[in-house]
Amino acid sequence: MIQITNASKTYAARDGSTVHALSGIDLEIADAEFVSLVGPSGCGKSTLLRLVAGLAPASGGLIDVDGETVDQPRRDIGIVFQSPTLLPWETVLDNVLFPLKIMHSMSPDAPDRARALLRLVGLDGFEEKHPSELSGGMQQRAAICRALIHDPDILLMDEPFGALDALTREEMSLELLRIWTDQPKTILFVTHSIPEAVLLSDRVVVMSPRPGRIAEIINVPLPRPRTFDMEGLPEFQERSQHIRSLIFGDRGGRHGAAT
Amino acid sequence: MALQPRARWLSGFGQEVALPVAVMATLVVIWEISVHAFAIPVYLLPAPSRIWVDSAAMAGTIWGHTVATLNTVLIGFAVSIFISLPLAVALTSSRLVANAIYPLLVLTQAIPKVALAPILVVLLGSNELPRIVVTFLVAFFPLVIAIATGLLAVPGELIELGRSYKASKLQELWRIRIPYAIPFIFSGLKVAIALSVVGAVVGEFVNADKGLGYLIVSSTAFFQVPVAFGALILLSLLGVVLFQAVVVAERVLFPWSAKQSQGAIG
Ligand SMILES: Nc1ncnc2c1ncn2[C@@H]1O[C@H](COP(=O)(O)OP(=O)(O)OP(=O)(O)O)[C@@H](O)[C@H]1O
Ligand SMILES: [Mg+2]
Repeated sequence: MIQITNASKTYAARDGSTVHALSGIDLEIADAEFVSLVGPSGCGKSTLLRLVAGLAPASGGLIDVDGETVDQPRRDIGIVFQSPTLLPWETVLDNVLFPLKIMHSMSPDAPDRARALLRLVGLDGFEEKHPSELSGGMQQRAAICRALIHDPDILLMDEPFGALDALTREEMSLELLRIWTDQPKTILFVTHSIPEAVLLSDRVVVMSPRPGRIAEIINVPLPRPRTFDMEGLPEFQERSQHIRSLIFGDRGGRHGAAT
Repeated sequence: MALQPRARWLSGFGQEVALPVAVMATLVVIWEISVHAFAIPVYLLPAPSRIWVDSAAMAGTIWGHTVATLNTVLIGFAVSIFISLPLAVALTSSRLVANAIYPLLVLTQAIPKVALAPILVVLLGSNELPRIVVTFLVAFFPLVIAIATGLLAVPGELIELGRSYKASKLQELWRIRIPYAIPFIFSGLKVAIALSVVGAVVGEFVNADKGLGYLIVSSTAFFQVPVAFGALILLSLLGVVLFQAVVVAERVLFPWSAKQSQGAIG
């Protein structure tokens, strides 16, 4: 369980002023829950993920994972960063195996598991290639495999599908749901796509900027397994509409730029 | 365009090998003709043919000198690598260490090596050691700077990736920083190997009984100018071959690095 209590984060900018990236964040995420974060650019989504990951300390408040205060990275967390951040000198396969090598938990079957994951995201045949030989979307898919290789209990994903085309994106969303159903994980998922957030999540956390705070948390009571057909359901439409109006206020409405 | 077929021929092998060889050959021919045409005395500027004949006459001796110089260059170069890598790691590991060591390094660069060499001979004795030390002192600094630059150039997100899996400092160095720095390290190695040749010759000028630097000093003293020229040419060739060896080593051992530095020199 992830427990965020009154968390805040201020950055010191170069010119000496301070940026209030997050303020008064209260959020509890149950085990095996799928929660999305949506909100305009710069509202602190990545910052919140970094706090939960233990990559940056909170300026105030508390972050607990399974009852332990997070003050450094944890091994049971997998992270997909906003950019692929693959090691350019390693092959795709070795990049996926990187967490195991760092954590000294390479097992004989690890390469096979890595290959299986790569096949799952449609990267079979690219195992021995280097990242520079892959498109941006393929790199991001390899990065997703890397986050999954040590079978973490918690998955933090920062716009993992941002670099993908619409079709691959839908395919990957369903794949992620399938993985999540097979091996239940707590997922905190940042996205700019409102339909994606609604389709995937149990709850959608809508954030507002300056300072980053939670505007509203929306429950998505759609049944599982989810499919893209559900986008036509009134519950789906209603919630998407509501999120859109929260983000864009009255001016955005149904013409909102977010897709 | 009419130039295009020729331009295509000039790419690849043509441009990399044939073109410079052709230019060199032309220069040598002009040199030979000029020496004869203007009747330049041999103690000023010997003709290429004369250099060849005189040098070939003592090929065995010259070979011995070449091996001696190569030996000094390679040992000095190796010492530079073995000292530069930990030094660069130390320099980049903390501000305190950097502030402590860096001025010292700059000082070693400010000392004129030619002036230092005789003192080193007094200190270390009349043997190979002072020559290796001079070679090292001439060659190591750019290498340290190149490696340190590479170690610091690692993007923050790759460091963060390591941190997110709790990589130790050593793992971060070995798995992220050093691999990232490989292209930087090799550009430093290319400079260092060229400087090693310079350093070895400086060492031989001051104190040696063999080596191409020694051969230049001794043969000019006896007005054997063609032999001195022969030694000079051999030194240049040695430099080129060693430089290319570093280039090839990079291509074979770290193809991704070589690909990255393509377009840059080497
Ligand atoms: N390292 C940093 N130093 C200073 N300010 C930062 C730093 N990282 C983020 N910020 C600031 O914190 C705020 C939130 O940034 P964050 O990256 O969390 O936004 P985001 O919601 O992920 O945006 P996006 O959707 O564009 O990725 C921004 O105003 C940003 O300028
Ligand atoms: Mg972000």
